[in-house]
Amino acid sequence: MNNIFYDSINLLYTLDSYLLEVIGLSLYISLSALIISILISLPIASILSIKNFTGKSSITIIFNSLMSLPPVAVGVILYILISYNGPLGHLELLYTPSAMIFAQTILVIPIIVSLSKDSIDSCLNYYRDYLLSINANFLSIMKTILWEVRYKLLINILAGLGRALSEVGAIIIVGGNIDHLTRVMTTSIVLETSRGNLTKALGLGISLIIIALLINIILSLIKNRELEGNGEY
Amino acid sequence: MNRINTKKIILILGLLFLNTSLAYSDETYDNKLIIQSTTSTRDSGFYNFILPEFEKHYDIKVKVVAYGTGQAINNARNCNADILIVHSLYDEIDFVKNGYGIDRSDLMHNDFIIIGPENDPLNIASQKDVKTAFKKILLGESSFISRGDDSGTYKAETKIWEQIEVDPKDRKYKSYYESGQGMGATINIAIGMNGYTYTDRATWINFKNKINHKILFEKDPLSFNQYGIIRVSNEKCPNVNVKASKIFYNWMLSDIGKKLIVDYKVNNEQLFFIK
Repeated sequence: MNNIFYDSINLLYTLDSYLLEVIGLSLYISLSALIISILISLPIASILSIKNFTGKSSITIIFNSLMSLPPVAVGVILYILISYNGPLGHLELLYTPSAMIFAQTILVIPIIVSLSKDSIDSCLNYYRDYLLSINANFLSIMKTILWEVRYKLLINILAGLGRALSEVGAIIIVGGNIDHLTRVMTTSIVLETSRGNLTKALGLGISLIIIALLINIILSLIKNRELEGNGEY
Repeated sequence: MNRINTKKIILILGLLFLNTSLAYSDETYDNKLIIQSTTSTRDSGFYNFILPEFEKHYDIKVKVVAYGTGQAINNARNCNADILIVHSLYDEIDFVKNGYGIDRSDLMHNDFIIIGPENDPLNIASQKDVKTAFKKILLGESSFISRGDDSGTYKAETKIWEQIEVDPKDRKYKSYYESGQGMGATINIAIGMNGYTYTDRATWINFKNKINHKILFEKDPLSFNQYGIIRVSNEKCPNVNVKASKIFYNWMLSDIGKKLIVDYKVNNEQLFFIK
């Protein structure tokens, strides 16, 4: 067992091209899904928080429960939809990176929406009187509040990225784990483990952890730097 | 000052991202070919060996998706394949009969084997045929891990249970477990439980974490493992790339394809054979 650890660290150290390719594809897919999710989620979270309408609390509950959406279920549903004889078959999405981005976006949106709604809620309470007094419209409230809570949003987004990067159930179904095309870090770990190739599986696992760590460090550096001389939020 | 730094960081991250997205944009050209394959042929590295040769001569990008035979056939029924490479003759003929496949040919073959712990507590290695070996395992104290899925290997295993007229799923047989997973994952479990399992030879030769397990029983006529290749019908599935699937099908069965099949070796052992 000690040998496996040693060999996998060695594999990382040499950064073989297979490893780099898989890491690159993982980042591409998860970051794409993250960016799309942010663009969709932040307006939804703002509407849920700032506007008042009937059904608001039920929609919030739905988003909250979707946070624990099982990835495999999303994978199967998406597979049926984008199968070549399925309703979205003509888009030819099955077994492409786009399908994987699609799946991860569905999984990440509820996380960012729910967490961000909470962040916006707390900030909104703090500024409510002021915003009422200047009679601001929705868009300007949204802009002001989102900017105020930007560091909290960063953490929410990070939680979303964590979900996307670590997810395997959905993307292995819609991506098919095809070599050089849809094989990412998590799906390779599954494959290499089943091949009994523990060195490679562990090497990939360790690099996945390192990447998560690096992203966290970068973001907390940004946050700390910006927070200097900044009070409440 | 601080704000400028944030902007710079975002800009750099954005550029990095753009860079990767250009590198990984989806392929959209028409000459792509999807093979639904059994896991054993993929896990053995077979496609990594033959496909570069194929792509050298033809402008066709081949994508291999690997599942158990049953699931691969179902995926092909859902029109998610141009070519099917599986190993369950009965299902293959059924697939063609129902109009989903056009041509079917024997592609290559090898055999199924029983693997188990080196010390072989049930003395499987000295059984006279695979049927008595199976019986012995079922009644013995050691565990037997079955695929329990819809794979060709499981179907081959089921055939043997049927011939010795037992139902291993019966709760009175305490040694029989089903993993419901692929061959490699099932071998992992068999090793972890210090038990036996029935596997195709290619997956076993390729398996890297054998620890104290080895081949205990082989070369029974019942354990013959035939792989077939089928072209998916464009009448049932209009999205099939007929031209590319014909080219690949004929190439695989040509002398060049055959030579590549018998030339493929892992640890100096030939994995697939042609009559």
